[in-house]
Amino acid sequence: MDFNDTTDEAKFRKQAYTWLSKNAPLKENSKDSWRPSSEEQGLEEAKIWGAKLYDEGWACLHWPKEYGGRDATPIERVIWGQEVSKFKVPGGYFEIGQGMAGPVMMMYATEDQKKRYLPPLAKAEEVWCQLFSEPASGSDLAGLKTKCEKDGEDWIINGQKIWTSGAHYSDFGILVTRSDPTVAKHKGLTYFFLDMKSPGIEIRPIKQISGGANFNEVYFTDVRIPDTQRLGAVGDGWKVSLTTLMNERLAVGDASGPDFKEAFTLARGQDLNGKLAINNDAVREKLADWYCQASGLKYAKYRNISALSRGETPGPQSSITKIVSGNKLQEIANFGMDLMDSAGILKSDEKDADQSMYQFGFYGAAGIRIAGGTDEILKNIISEQVLGMPQDMRADKGIPFNEIPTSNK
Amino acid sequence: MNFEFSSEQVQLREVVRKMLEGKEALKKARAVLEGKESYDKDLWSSLVEMGLTATTIPEEYEGLGLGHLELCVVAEELGRSLAPTPFSSSVYLATEALILLGSEKQKQEYLPKLARGEIIGTFAHTESMTSPTPNNINCTHTDGKLNGTKIVVADGDIADFVIVSAKDSSDIGLYILNLKESNTLIETQDTLDPSRSHASITFSQSNCESLGDSKEGWINIENILNRAAVLFAFEQLGGAEACMNMAKEYSLERFAFGRPIGSFQAIKHKIADMFVSVELARSNCYFGAWALSTNANELPTAAATSRVSASDAFYTCSKENIQTHGGMGFTWEFDCHLFYKRCRQLAANIGSQSIWKDKLISSLERANKL
Repeated sequence: MDFNDTTDEAKFRKQAYTWLSKNAPLKENSKDSWRPSSEEQGLEEAKIWGAKLYDEGWACLHWPKEYGGRDATPIERVIWGQEVSKFKVPGGYFEIGQGMAGPVMMMYATEDQKKRYLPPLAKAEEVWCQLFSEPASGSDLAGLKTKCEKDGEDWIINGQKIWTSGAHYSDFGILVTRSDPTVAKHKGLTYFFLDMKSPGIEIRPIKQISGGANFNEVYFTDVRIPDTQRLGAVGDGWKVSLTTLMNERLAVGDASGPDFKEAFTLARGQDLNGKLAINNDAVREKLADWYCQASGLKYAKYRNISALSRGETPGPQSSITKIVSGNKLQEIANFGMDLMDSAGILKSDEKDADQSMYQFGFYGAAGIRIAGGTDEILKNIISEQVLGMPQDMRADKGIPFNEIPTSNK
Repeated sequence: MNFEFSSEQVQLREVVRKMLEGKEALKKARAVLEGKESYDKDLWSSLVEMGLTATTIPEEYEGLGLGHLELCVVAEELGRSLAPTPFSSSVYLATEALILLGSEKQKQEYLPKLARGEIIGTFAHTESMTSPTPNNINCTHTDGKLNGTKIVVADGDIADFVIVSAKDSSDIGLYILNLKESNTLIETQDTLDPSRSHASITFSQSNCESLGDSKEGWINIENILNRAAVLFAFEQLGGAEACMNMAKEYSLERFAFGRPIGSFQAIKHKIADMFVSVELARSNCYFGAWALSTNANELPTAAATSRVSASDAFYTCSKENIQTHGGMGFTWEFDCHLFYKRCRQLAANIGSQSIWKDKLISSLERANKL
């Protein structure tokens, strides 16, 4: 049992670090991160960085070389991720495209389409978004209603999508729609990719509890998509969606925000009832619990990496990451503000102020516990897919979609 | 990165598991719990025959000279099967203390016999209904004589020798004594988990020897407990996983409202919670195993982390296993209570959860000086 790289891994790590240190600034501390002045500025910097990665062979590590990737092994991808996290580099714009849309295109698009769309994605020239969730279908994604109807060589799309990150600056999108409402819900879906500048698309930002607006509602009114942009057969949209969602779960990792280390540091510098908070037994107990959770996740990740290093498929331990880290973040954020007593709710202009970090985590955690699979859906996935337990009984099973009840009325 | 047990260690785990299943260790735990025997001698002999009591004892003292990773996988299987033997007291505590602190003469005297399973040892530390501290140890040592009483000593009525914490003028030291030869009063104590035997031991001018430097006594005790904590954590992990699997199997067989109860989200989510606790504990136990086997500076942190995490997992899984079984889980006939009781016994054995959480934060404070 050791934490050492193999010779090849060490060589790759050194190569990655050397390249990164020539091309990006090191983070000065754990709170240091890339912060663009605006969304537009951020996108511009992300494109420049993405092009640099592509030019020098560090883009889309796991993709085949012919589409602009590196043909790297899974362990090399992990090592790259570890090294890149030490540097201040742009992020947040191309993850959906490179992580979810790209792999789906590789599986289902024609060769010509792959040649047209994949290299620009690898070069970070074009942004993609994911149009799946709807106001009435989140956890029950297969209950989506956005309609597609065949019209000659085109499909006409009508309906509404929601929680679409980056729709307003995206060039393309992946979209799942209902082609046949008269069959059972999973059977009547069809999957497309489309140009986000198509006529009939209207994008409206959603204001979140934090006040920010990272997501959108996307309305479709008679939007035309050529049949050539269908991915998978008509009615096979659910199968194609599952490929995408599998990649989403790999992409949604640790919750970002204050963790054990920040709470521990705060408690060692903050008074509570006349003595340092760290000397309060209740505080120590909580900190111990969070340390055990953070440590458990860290070493679960190490177990995954060890499996990848041996060329094996990682065990089911990674399925606990989001449940544990989302809830831990919420608890730590609430605790951090509580430790600052009544003043913990005060807003600060300073971005680095402690209370800002905890306040941001307090909002963020509430979203993380929902995004990319709610805690409850993830527990279903653990019990069904990891432990082999049966599905819950479904009231809509086998019923044609248009006969499924949607309200009490 | 190679943060995993080797194929030989995994193989050892399989062999130990098969032996324990073949010997029906769980049935034996029930038999000890219901009967008059203080441990299962047949099972103990099998563990000895497999050489498991000799695992980490150096070859020069007739041991196998293997590392602690091997002992970790053995511990996990003993926990999974609730093996009713004095293995934890004799191996994790007494044998390990002797390897760590024993003089050459003490090692020569005790280790070969421990390796051959001819003698059983234990560790006596607790004296009252509060956790031991350097200020509340009342057993005393003067000129090779020990006086005072230790309580709830696991396997105290089985052991041939005992390692005892005691005060000598102002310092706490460790002392070793032969229970068959010295003047002691050993009384079996009833506990919540009769599948493991406990006793009080009263020393009256009992002959003893020092074990390790008596000026470093408290540090040595902490070190012994930290090392044992990793091994206890693996036992707890094994027990936790067994409970999770029991609950799952039962939920698939038991029907209510016309369907297996395992198809209700209330039950599925409960078992998913067990899975989360087990995976966190397993990952932390691996951290402990690594630190123990490499004598890493992180050992105090890693030991407390694995201990706290595994105690938590076993508690979650053993109580929710009963809950999943409903009324049947509350019966004497079903095995759920054996795990529930062992969970509490293991959680108590080397100090409470609150104490280990405090140790964890203290070790982090020391490791990250301001």
